[in-house]
Amino acid sequence: MRKVFYLLCIAGVLLAMLAGRTRLFAATPASPTPANMEVKIDNFTFSPATITIPAGTQVTWTNHDDIPHNVVAEDTSFKSKTLDTDEKFSYTFTKPGTYSYLCTIHPKMTGKVVVQ
Amino acid sequence: MNNDKKKDEILHDHNHDGIDRRGFLKCMAWAGTGAFCVIQGGILKSYSLSSLSAISGKEPKGELSFVQISDSHMGFNKPANPDVAATLKAAVDKINALPTAPEFMLHTGDISHLSKPGEFDNVEQILKDAKPKDVFYVPGEHDVLDDNGAQFRERFAKGSQGAGWYSFDKRGVHFVGLVNVMDLKAGGMGNLGKEQLEWFEKDVKHLSKSTPIVVFAHIPLWSVYPEWGWGTQDSAEALSYLKPFGSVTVLNGHIHQTMQKIEGNVTFHTAASTAFPQPKPGSAPSPGPMKVPDDQLRSVLGITDVNSVRNHHALAVVDSTLAG
Repeated sequence: MRKVFYLLCIAGVLLAMLAGRTRLFAATPASPTPANMEVKIDNFTFSPATITIPAGTQVTWTNHDDIPHNVVAEDTSFKSKTLDTDEKFSYTFTKPGTYSYLCTIHPKMTGKVVVQ
Repeated sequence: MNNDKKKDEILHDHNHDGIDRRGFLKCMAWAGTGAFCVIQGGILKSYSLSSLSAISGKEPKGELSFVQISDSHMGFNKPANPDVAATLKAAVDKINALPTAPEFMLHTGDISHLSKPGEFDNVEQILKDAKPKDVFYVPGEHDVLDDNGAQFRERFAKGSQGAGWYSFDKRGVHFVGLVNVMDLKAGGMGNLGKEQLEWFEKDVKHLSKSTPIVVFAHIPLWSVYPEWGWGTQDSAEALSYLKPFGSVTVLNGHIHQTMQKIEGNVTFHTAASTAFPQPKPGSAPSPGPMKVPDDQLRSVLGITDVNSVRNHHALAVVDSTLAG
């Protein structure tokens, strides 16, 4: 069951990446349908730790650990509530830039979102 | 090392700092099975619990006795321990069965799992059954979620300073409760911060240098394993204020396992959790809860009993598991 779930996750991420890529090379970038991107929280790690996305992408973090985590931008532009096991947080990045974030409960956990 | 009688005692002190390197490792090796360490005149003597009967007649009874519990994580319900209320109750039973009734308790944080009012209520309710009625708390990172510790301070640290730090005296021993789980920086470990450090320096400055000092905080104030954030960024500064003192004991939680280190006049000790164990540093992909077979769970949870002995500048720290 778990394996299937992970495979689905990976497939989802790949699809999201493909979708993002297609948009980058699209001839008419005007009002694109927002893409989605998944970041997993597993074993006290954000995975992938760095993602590069086009503006307008919604990123969803899901906590797969038995311990709560959160997702907080260093510049405080976004901040999740505490995410217990299997809880999610989504944020749509509209402005290009590099956003560094961390879990303020376990600050060794850091990640980066590069919005193009 | 040469014969059975001496194998559990540390008698070598080559650097005159109270540490026998080999003995230190032995003390570490006992973690989880119970160790009894006495510091007298700066020299560490340690004994395994199995040899306690050999010394119990010689050691004077403590004049101050208190108990430390930690990491009760009320609200946690995952496979590593689906019933953390039951194991906290077992810890209370253990405390009530101690031969010398402790005067009070220290709780070194992660009282709750998710900072929910019901979780705090539950812990307070269970601890009411303990013989010692006073409990001194410091917050863990799980107790200050989403409200910067406001609820923690309201319930457990009224009249405290800043993020919830305070000090008090009991029978000539000076206790300092510190907060190192707030305002954590990306990539870093536990954090005390400038304001708390300034307060701490002032708090201990006026004390006579022979005053035994007990410092308690959630995250270890020594670098146990920085890769997992098991340490405190600015603890060296805090410890520098304690250099003039003859007897310093630092009690922490957070890592869900017992560990001890002696450095000069300072004994560092971490208590077991009453909820679930965590892996030994670096032995797993992450420091998350460790599942052990059900019948072994209580042997990796525990309480820590501390006794101070007047005129000996000694604090005896004894860990016992919840098994049996």
